[in-house]
Amino acid sequence: MIVEPRTAPPEFPSEAPTAEEEKTLYGLMAEFEEHDQLLEAARRAYAAGYRRMDAFSPFPIEELAEALGRDYTPVPLITLLGGMAGGLGGYFMEWYSMARLYPFNIGGRPHNSWPNFIPITFELTILIASLSAFVAVLVLNRLPRLNHPVFNVPEFRRASIDRFFLCIEMQDPKFDREDTWRFLESLEPISVAEVWDE
Amino acid sequence: METIQGSEPQLRVPGKPYVVTPLDYPAVLIAAKDYQQVSDQIADIPLVHPRKREWLAGFSIACLLLLMFMVAVGYLLYRGVGIWGINIPVAWGFAITNFVWWIGIGHAGTFISAILLLLLQKWRTTINRFTEAMTLFAVICAGMFPLLHLGRPWVFYWLLPYPDTMALWPQFRSPLVWDVFAVSTYFTVSLLFWYLGIVPDLATVRDKARTKWRRIFYGLGALGWRGSAVHWQNHQSAYLLLAGLATPLVLSVHSVVSFDFAVAQLPGWHSTIFPPYFVAGAIYSGFAMVLNLVIPIRRLYGFQNLITERTLNNMACVMLATGWMVTYGYIMEAFMAWYSGEPFDRAMMWDRAFGAYGWVFWLLMTVNVFIPQLLWSRWVRTHPVPLFFVALSVNVGMWLERFVIVVQSLHHDFVPSSWRMYFPTKWDWMTLFGSIGLFLTLLFLFIRYLPMISISESRELIAQRKEGRL
Repeated sequence: MIVEPRTAPPEFPSEAPTAEEEKTLYGLMAEFEEHDQLLEAARRAYAAGYRRMDAFSPFPIEELAEALGRDYTPVPLITLLGGMAGGLGGYFMEWYSMARLYPFNIGGRPHNSWPNFIPITFELTILIASLSAFVAVLVLNRLPRLNHPVFNVPEFRRASIDRFFLCIEMQDPKFDREDTWRFLESLEPISVAEVWDE
Repeated sequence: METIQGSEPQLRVPGKPYVVTPLDYPAVLIAAKDYQQVSDQIADIPLVHPRKREWLAGFSIACLLLLMFMVAVGYLLYRGVGIWGINIPVAWGFAITNFVWWIGIGHAGTFISAILLLLLQKWRTTINRFTEAMTLFAVICAGMFPLLHLGRPWVFYWLLPYPDTMALWPQFRSPLVWDVFAVSTYFTVSLLFWYLGIVPDLATVRDKARTKWRRIFYGLGALGWRGSAVHWQNHQSAYLLLAGLATPLVLSVHSVVSFDFAVAQLPGWHSTIFPPYFVAGAIYSGFAMVLNLVIPIRRLYGFQNLITERTLNNMACVMLATGWMVTYGYIMEAFMAWYSGEPFDRAMMWDRAFGAYGWVFWLLMTVNVFIPQLLWSRWVRTHPVPLFFVALSVNVGMWLERFVIVVQSLHHDFVPSSWRMYFPTKWDWMTLFGSIGLFLTLLFLFIRYLPMISISESRELIAQRKEGRL
C-alpha cells in the first residue's frame, strides 16, 4: 500500500523547536493502519538491528512483543511464587493458631486437623497468586505513569482507538535521525513523526 | 447487517432474516463495522450519555429501592435482628436465602469471563465486562447479608484472623469461617480481573474525552495505559493467569457456601450432592440474571450488532444445561431421602412437597424446572422478549430454591416439639428488595460512567474477522 506521507519529509535536521534546551528527542514513530503491517514493521526493524523500540496497538497482537525481541514475561513465575506463599502461609496461619496459640478440642479432632484447613489454604493460594499477578503487571509495566513522551504526538491519540504505532527510541545505539527516518518511511507507514520529550 | 462467520460455514435459509450455521443457529458473532466504529459505539456511552431519560427513570427507581434498603438496615442496626421473622428453629430466614441467591448470581460473571475464556468461546467477548461488573455488585449485595445477620455487625472484623488482645482466633474448622475467606477472595479476584480488563478501555475513553475533568477521571483510571506491546504481553499473561485462577475459585466459592449446609446434621442439608448442585444452580441463576440485564440494555443502547442472537442463544443453552443439572439435584435429593431409609430424611422430603411449605416447593418446580423447558425452542432462545421472561422465571425460581433449602429444612428437624413456622416480616421483604436496589444503583452507575463492553476485545474479534479466523 502506497500512502502519501502526511508529515513533510525531511528537512534534516528538522526545524528545531524554539525552546530547544527544554526538549530532547525521544525517538521517531511510524503510524500504521493495520495490525499485520505493524507486526511486519516490528519484525523488519528488529532484523535491521534496532533493539530499543516499542510498538503500540489498541488491542493485544500475538507475537508482537516477540517480534520486538521480548519473548519472556516473568508474570507467570511471580504468580506461581505468590500462590505458593499464599498456600503455605495460609496453612501455617491455621496450624499455628489452632494447634499452637489457642489449641481447642473441637469434636475430638486433632489440633492439626488438616482436611478442615484445606478450604482456607486453597482460597489464600488463589488470593495471593492473583494479587501477585496484578501487582506484577503494574510493576513490570511501570504503571501508573500518567505522562510519557509518546503522548506528545497528536496522532498518538488514536493508538487506543484504531491505529498502530512503532517507535524507535533515540537511546538505541543504531539510532540516527536521518537513517532511522528513512528506514521507517521504507516500511510504508501512514506517517512518521518525531517524538519529543518535554 | 453484515455477516461474519469466517471458518464456520454460513447458510442462508429461506424465511430467516439471518445467516445460520449448519446446525441452524444464528451465526453472526459480531457485526460492528471497524475499530473506529466499535470504539465510538461503546466509549460514547460514558461520554455522550445517550438515552438520558430512560437511564434517569431506571436510576431513580433503583435509588428509591436503595433508600428503602438503607431504612431497613438502619432500623435493623437500631433494633437488632428481632425485626426479622427469624427465631429458633428457623434462625437463618431471608438473610441467608438472599446471601446464597446473590452470590450464585455472581457466578455467571466469572463463568463467562474466566471459564469461557479458557474454553476459547469468542461469544463471551461482548458480554464479559458487563457480567464481571454484575458479579462484583452481586457479591457486594451477598456479602452484606451474613454481616447484617451477625446481630452485632459492627464487630464483623472478629471474623478475620488477626492477633487481637483477646488472644482469640476464628475457628478455622468451621464452614462459616471458610465462607469469609471464600467470599472475600472471590470479591478481590473478581475486582482485579475486572479492573485489569477495563484499563485499556479507560484509555480509549480518556483519549476520546473532550473535557478536562473527564480526561482526568478516565486518565487516572487508565493508569497511563498506552498500549505498548510489552505492556500487552504482561497484561495478557496476567489476564490468562487470573482466568485460570478464577476458574477453580468460582467452583470453590459455591461449594464452600454449600458446606454451610452440607456439613450440618440437619435432614435436607446433610448431603454430599450439595457442592456440585449449588455450583450448577449458581451458574443457572447467574445466566438468568445476565439475560435479564443484557436484554433491556442491548435494546436501549442498540448493541444488537455486538450482542447478537447467537450470544443470546448460547446463554440460553447454558441455562438449559445447568437447569437440568439442578433438576438432577432435585431428583437425587428426593431419591436419596427415600433410598437412605432414614425416617427423618423421608419425613423432611414428604414435608417439603406436601407440608406447610409445599406450595413454595411446587411453585419452585414450576418456575425453575417446567417453564425453562421452553428453552428447547429455538424461537424462544433467539427472541429477546420470551427469553427475558424465562430468565426472570429462573431468577425467581432460584430464590425460591434457596428459601426451600434454608427455611423448610430448618422448620422441620428431628423433634416435633421444635417444629415451627417462619413468617417473613415487612423488614425482611424491604431488605430483599432493597438489596436489589443497591445492585441496580451500582449497575446503573456502571453503565453510565464506564465502558460496559470490552472495546479492546471487540477490536480483537474484528481483527480476527479480517483475517478470516472468526
